[in-house]
Amino acid sequence: MADIAPTAGSQVPPAEVEEVELYHAKSFWTKYIFSQDAKVIAIQYSSTAIGIGLVGLVLSWMMRLQLGFPESFAFIDATDYYQFITIHGMIMVIYLLTALFLGGFGNYLIPLMVGARDMVFPYVNMLSYWVYLGAVALLVASFFVPGGPTGAGWTLYPPQAILPGTPGADAGSGGGIVLMLVSLALFIVGFTMGGLNYVVTVLQARTRGMTLMRLPLSVWGIFVATVLALLAFPALFVGAVMMLLDRLLGTSFFMPTIVQAGQQLAYGGGSPILFQHLFWFFGHPEVYIVALPAFGIVSDLISVHARRHIFGYRMMVWAIVIIGGLSFIVWAHHMYVSGMNPWFGFFFATTTLIIAVPTALKVYNWTLTLWRANINLTLPMLFALAFLVTFVNGGITGLFLGNVVVDVPLSDTMFVVAHFHMVMGVAPILVVFGAVYHWYPLMTGRMLHEGMGQFHFWTTFLGAYTIFLPIHYLGLLGVPRRYFEMGETGFIPASAQDLNAFITVVALLVGVAQIVFFVNVFWSMKHGKLAGKNPWKAASLEWQTPEVPPGHGNFGKELPLVYRWAYDYGVPGAPDDFIAQNVPGTASEGAHRT
Amino acid sequence: MTKGITVALLLFLVAAGTVAFHVWSPWWFTPIASNWEYIDHTIVLTFWITGAVFVAVVVFMAYCVLKFRHRDGARAEYNPENKKLEWWLTGLTAFGVMAMLTPGLFVWNQYVSVPKDAGQFEALGQQWQWSFRLPGKDGVLGKTAVRFVKDTNPFGIDLKDPSGQDDLLIAGDDLHIALDKPVKVLLRSLDVLHDFYVPEFRAKMDMVPGMVTYFWLKPTRTGRFDIMCFELCGIGHYAMRSKVVVDTAADYAAWVGKQKTFAQSLREAGIKPLTDTAVASSEDAGTTAPAPAPVATNQ
Repeated sequence: MADIAPTAGSQVPPAEVEEVELYHAKSFWTKYIFSQDAKVIAIQYSSTAIGIGLVGLVLSWMMRLQLGFPESFAFIDATDYYQFITIHGMIMVIYLLTALFLGGFGNYLIPLMVGARDMVFPYVNMLSYWVYLGAVALLVASFFVPGGPTGAGWTLYPPQAILPGTPGADAGSGGGIVLMLVSLALFIVGFTMGGLNYVVTVLQARTRGMTLMRLPLSVWGIFVATVLALLAFPALFVGAVMMLLDRLLGTSFFMPTIVQAGQQLAYGGGSPILFQHLFWFFGHPEVYIVALPAFGIVSDLISVHARRHIFGYRMMVWAIVIIGGLSFIVWAHHMYVSGMNPWFGFFFATTTLIIAVPTALKVYNWTLTLWRANINLTLPMLFALAFLVTFVNGGITGLFLGNVVVDVPLSDTMFVVAHFHMVMGVAPILVVFGAVYHWYPLMTGRMLHEGMGQFHFWTTFLGAYTIFLPIHYLGLLGVPRRYFEMGETGFIPASAQDLNAFITVVALLVGVAQIVFFVNVFWSMKHGKLAGKNPWKAASLEWQTPEVPPGHGNFGKELPLVYRWAYDYGVPGAPDDFIAQNVPGTASEGAHRT
Repeated sequence: MTKGITVALLLFLVAAGTVAFHVWSPWWFTPIASNWEYIDHTIVLTFWITGAVFVAVVVFMAYCVLKFRHRDGARAEYNPENKKLEWWLTGLTAFGVMAMLTPGLFVWNQYVSVPKDAGQFEALGQQWQWSFRLPGKDGVLGKTAVRFVKDTNPFGIDLKDPSGQDDLLIAGDDLHIALDKPVKVLLRSLDVLHDFYVPEFRAKMDMVPGMVTYFWLKPTRTGRFDIMCFELCGIGHYAMRSKVVVDTAADYAAWVGKQKTFAQSLREAGIKPLTDTAVASSEDAGTTAPAPAPVATNQ
């Protein structure tokens, strides 16, 4: 760890290698379509992810219409409903959240924040987007084949995922499940290509003086998430390939002896639980692939807008790394009632509750950052506060589900649905919004409109919380998930149906309120208040570029030199209430040594 | 920008509203009908511990937003780490986590350890219906295999296995079990994943084709309860329902006496059962089964 230099340049390490010649696009096609500039690629990923995410949002409205008013929407039948829930889930987790955090935020923020001109493999980076777009196209194509898309649930469990009786696998169709699996395989290929870029750029392309422990937490979150992705996605890839072989070639990786509707099938000897292990070995790290970038980004939002360093930066970094590592040994908490050896329950419950400790530590450090701060209640700060509330709520319900015997009555109930929506849907999406309000001035040179933003914030935060809090209690009652309709039961009161109707109405209203956000984004591009350079007075490198928005090559003629960590806010004795990372060390005796 | 007091107040109201919703929610545990009330207790303990943390964090945030709102010319305190505080918080959290995990693991140990005196029955799942099989007078469930499944033998019982002849078969009707008697539920599926769940029992396990899974419970009050499938099994998943009746000992004995054995069902289908001296009905099947049966197997 280098000391802060009292004089400019004396402690910054010398350049190790020559600067790599940056690719300069000449034509419209290579500048805007097949661009190798990570900032353009970031916008491509983000637009596609948000576009398909809106499809996922509409699917959720359809699901809620059926749940809230089961008799009223005759055009939604069971086949449709199961297709809606499957594609909604798959889009939101993989095609929206993963693509947006890694492909969108990763591409935009990593080179700028580490002080690089671009990613280290720009051509592969460019290709990775088109592979992702291809994967999205295959997913959309599954809506247009006979039988429609798969309705096996986003978890795609065999044997049902590839057998008649499940949409997308019925006799005479089957395109649905095949397209889904091929789309996933293609997605994984694309994210391996992108992921190698993000990891290697962070490791190898940091500018002089930018040690790992001077990186902003946004970079740490995305970096560790990408390492997780590179290690976890292969499990999904092989599971998808094996399921494709079972479906197309009649192999029996996951297919035991089956008699369906009186007919003996030609399968035998395989294990459905094997698929679950493969899927969740990927699936659990996947939720941290979504969460860790959100953790990193929200640290920076809180810090900048509270005008205070993040509290406990080193523990925050270690917590991200430890959470990432532990995320590989908790997967079977998704399988407590799968029929796997019951003794595994002891192991996985223990590791799952252990992972709560570094996660809680991050929550404490975020809130302690607010202590004795100088808080500006800007929109990014409001979204960050809302993240804290919803993430603590969602994380806490994970403790219920992780405690193996408590999971027994709760598994496959609406409690699980409420948990993962709160912790993975609401909380990270609030971070996405906060991040857009925060970095919009950098990307466009203008501020987003405050009034529209306030309306968007309060309806989204309070509305989403109102939707998902009550759903936990339906789960405690015993209301199952993945039910097209409840019909007659002896234990569900009529009030539960009224609650469902209420939740549907709120969900539709919150959905519609998002229009205001999109209007704001497009309106402010032309009419937003001019932001000038670094309107939030942030210390990290992305705000120190000579041009706003950053031009090709990011930093102009000279790459920045870094003298300090990313969180010198409120340094005693400094001329301003922040010191940018590339400002040499004078008048900062009290500054943090990293 | 928003006023500090507004945001602080709203944060406080979110915390208060959450607690209020919890306290006044009419949607809570379905009244329990089994011995697994320890699970309910562990859930309540978890609500106390985690509820306290949630309220503490949100109220602390509200306080900070109010007290440390922006003042021109002010600066935040510069205090990058406080190792002691961070380790204390880590320790307290670890302690809280242990407080929830420890009772939970004790109860899980009970869940996976079937009492020696437990009776048993088999629940067979298929798209999209339930069937049940009791061990009959000999207390032993007959061996099964998927290759034996046919119209006349929907459970796939091995015709050559004598212990299967007196198995009682229930299909399309309510299942009955005996009050206050521990019972092991053996779970089989013919086709895809299913899950046998009765919310009042608090106990479930997936049914996996190709293997036999289990859980156990002791019913603690009489009644007629919904059986629902709790693992997505195709488009009929939501319609795969049945009912279980918890009977007093006398009612249970009477019900058992009326059930048909496998041998009888074979005779009715015109097939000669293994031994014609097999007792046609089991009047004294009683409520306790003899020694635990070997688990029925699938090939």
